[in-house]
Amino acid sequence: MRFVDEFREPELISKTAEEIRRLAGRERHYRMMEVCGGHTHAIYRFGLKDILPENIELIHGPGCPVCVLPMGRIDDGLSIAQQPDVIFAAFGDMMRVPGTQGSPLEHKARGMDVRIVYSPSDALKLARLNPDKHVMFFAIGFETTAPSTALTMMRAKAEGIRNFSVFCNHVTIIPAIRAILDSPDMRLDAFIGPGHVSTVIGCRPYEWIAQNERKPIVVSGFEPLDILQSVVMLLRQLKAGEARVENQYKRVVPWEGNRAALKAMAQVFQLRPYFEWRGWDLFRSRHCGSTTSTPNGMRNSALRFPASA
Amino acid sequence: MCLAIPGKIVEISSDNQDSALVDVVGVRRKIDLGLLQDDKPTLGDWVLIHVGFAMSKISEQDAADQMNTLRMLGEIDGAMQEIQGYGLEDVN
Repeated sequence: MRFVDEFREPELISKTAEEIRRLAGRERHYRMMEVCGGHTHAIYRFGLKDILPENIELIHGPGCPVCVLPMGRIDDGLSIAQQPDVIFAAFGDMMRVPGTQGSPLEHKARGMDVRIVYSPSDALKLARLNPDKHVMFFAIGFETTAPSTALTMMRAKAEGIRNFSVFCNHVTIIPAIRAILDSPDMRLDAFIGPGHVSTVIGCRPYEWIAQNERKPIVVSGFEPLDILQSVVMLLRQLKAGEARVENQYKRVVPWEGNRAALKAMAQVFQLRPYFEWRGWDLFRSRHCGSTTSTPNGMRNSALRFPASA
Repeated sequence: MCLAIPGKIVEISSDNQDSALVDVVGVRRKIDLGLLQDDKPTLGDWVLIHVGFAMSKISEQDAADQMNTLRMLGEIDGAMQEIQGYGLEDVN
């Protein structure tokens, strides 16, 4: 067992691991998907696979918004930014992601005005600071970042800032889970639900997974003990033949989520019927955003206020 | 971008209630409180920050635990880089 001594509460971790082994028994195989990329990272980093018995298989979900972004979206965003006087603003995570003609960083080296921002509100700040240019924020992320983009757009509208637009690549997690469950190749017993996405959307949006699909789901924190406790909660449900939504991450995730954040997203974004997820050819999922065309020739892309209303 | 960074609210702007100064292990930056309208944090509260916006209120213990988790995940540098970049400081 690697690392365990470095963790907080190592004794409790050992006990929890023991409980997992007891519950899992040897008769059957369990396939659990962790939806969130943060959990995948934690599982690898903490070596949790070594702690879990062999008959518990953790399947990695689609939960990395950068990884699932199709190359065409980067190409489209960069082609807009090739127009004169456009600033391409994006999170640092996007800077090395390749498009057909290279990454945003490579475009910057070729003369494009590319800026790293760490917050959508700083992309708006760039627009205020550069009134003669148009700032296009290349927005990306699940529900942890989408409300911030939404509120920023509302602020831009309220301030009457016209030189700011959002190229929306935000994606929502629920349609992805639905597509996974609809896939005939994907046999899963249970889900480890995303932690921080759930601070925004709460636990209710998962209820259909339990009620209609009869799969248990536990919203989980990111510490080793959190993930192991979530596995215990899932095993208990599976052993009892139950399927419920449970919240292991109560200390951070309210059952109802963050209503102000949900409201901001509902006011600004529209769900698309389809959006491609790179590497997940088995499904095309919905994403939130709009393809409303904009004035001044920025076709099929930058969602520019007040065009989204 | 995907990091949830814990910070302590040390100042709330008098002319804009949605703007607050947070302290993240000694680094102070402005963040936006606009997404916590239903449960406004006050001075001294701890919040989880995503891309410059406070997304949830947490306890001091949870803040310490989250910082520890970031450390264990090897994401402390990324988190501090993000915090330092807020407000376009130390950027570009």
